[in-house]
Amino acid sequence: MKSVLRLTGVAIIIAAVGFWLATGGNRGWTKTSVPIKTIDDVTGIEGVSYHKKFVPGVDFLAVTVGLGFLCAGISFLFRTKPGPRTSNEQTSH
Amino acid sequence: MKTQLTILVAGLSLATAALAAPETFDFKDPKGINNAGFKLDAPLEAINGTASGVSGTVTFDPENPAATKGKIVVAAATLTLPNSMQQGHMRSDKWMDVAKYPEISFDAKELKNVKTEGNVTTADAVGAFTCKGVSKDMTIPVKLTYLKDKLSQRLPSMKGDLLVIRSNFSIKRTDFNINPGQFEDKVSEEIELTLSIAGAAAK
Repeated sequence: MKSVLRLTGVAIIIAAVGFWLATGGNRGWTKTSVPIKTIDDVTGIEGVSYHKKFVPGVDFLAVTVGLGFLCAGISFLFRTKPGPRTSNEQTSH
Repeated sequence: MKTQLTILVAGLSLATAALAAPETFDFKDPKGINNAGFKLDAPLEAINGTASGVSGTVTFDPENPAATKGKIVVAAATLTLPNSMQQGHMRSDKWMDVAKYPEISFDAKELKNVKTEGNVTTADAVGAFTCKGVSKDMTIPVKLTYLKDKLSQRLPSMKGDLLVIRSNFSIKRTDFNINPGQFEDKVSEEIELTLSIAGAAAK
């Protein structure tokens, strides 16, 4: 169980960092839409429209990495099962 | 003969007056390009957004740009940010309260320091800026570009002129009761505003 939790925690952290880097490593806040600029040929005005797109930011990274550490940290709450006694330990008593 | 001359002179006077008459430009843009931008500094990243719901009318006389008057209105419900959570906060009663105060406007009463070069006029527009129910007299720099007979290039089914207005100015949150004195460590007191809009006067 301990190993599963630790591996899951590491997997979450790797996936989160990988996803954040793959989407551009945005060092600002997470965005749920991105502005797209278009220039009107006649007036020269720059218009802005928004396209729905999820761009994770440092807040996303902090939450997911935190979740990964939490997952791995929980594993320390489990006590290690005592292993079978060796023959030496049995004879010493 | 005398009567005919009088009629001719009167007709010419009327035609001249009609040609020199100020035009009224409508800023409700059917192409949806008109926008007002806003920027607030913040520690992690500046908060940059736009508002697309621009309307209003401006009366402009190319022969006398100093006489320009008009009102530009921005629908507060169209204030948009790339982060939907931040946008929700901004539109809520904690910040802009767009349900209670649906309009942000500038009502220009007169132009000062008018300089015209070709079809471009720069000036300081004196008027009342209203935001979140608070009106304050302000003087803002404006650049007006008069594009004669260009409306058909933008909207092929129509003929007329275009007037482009550009302006950059700042307001303070405190002056307009936008969460005054709150979250100053997270959101700057100053809000930078950018206006880039085109109005049409159909003939």
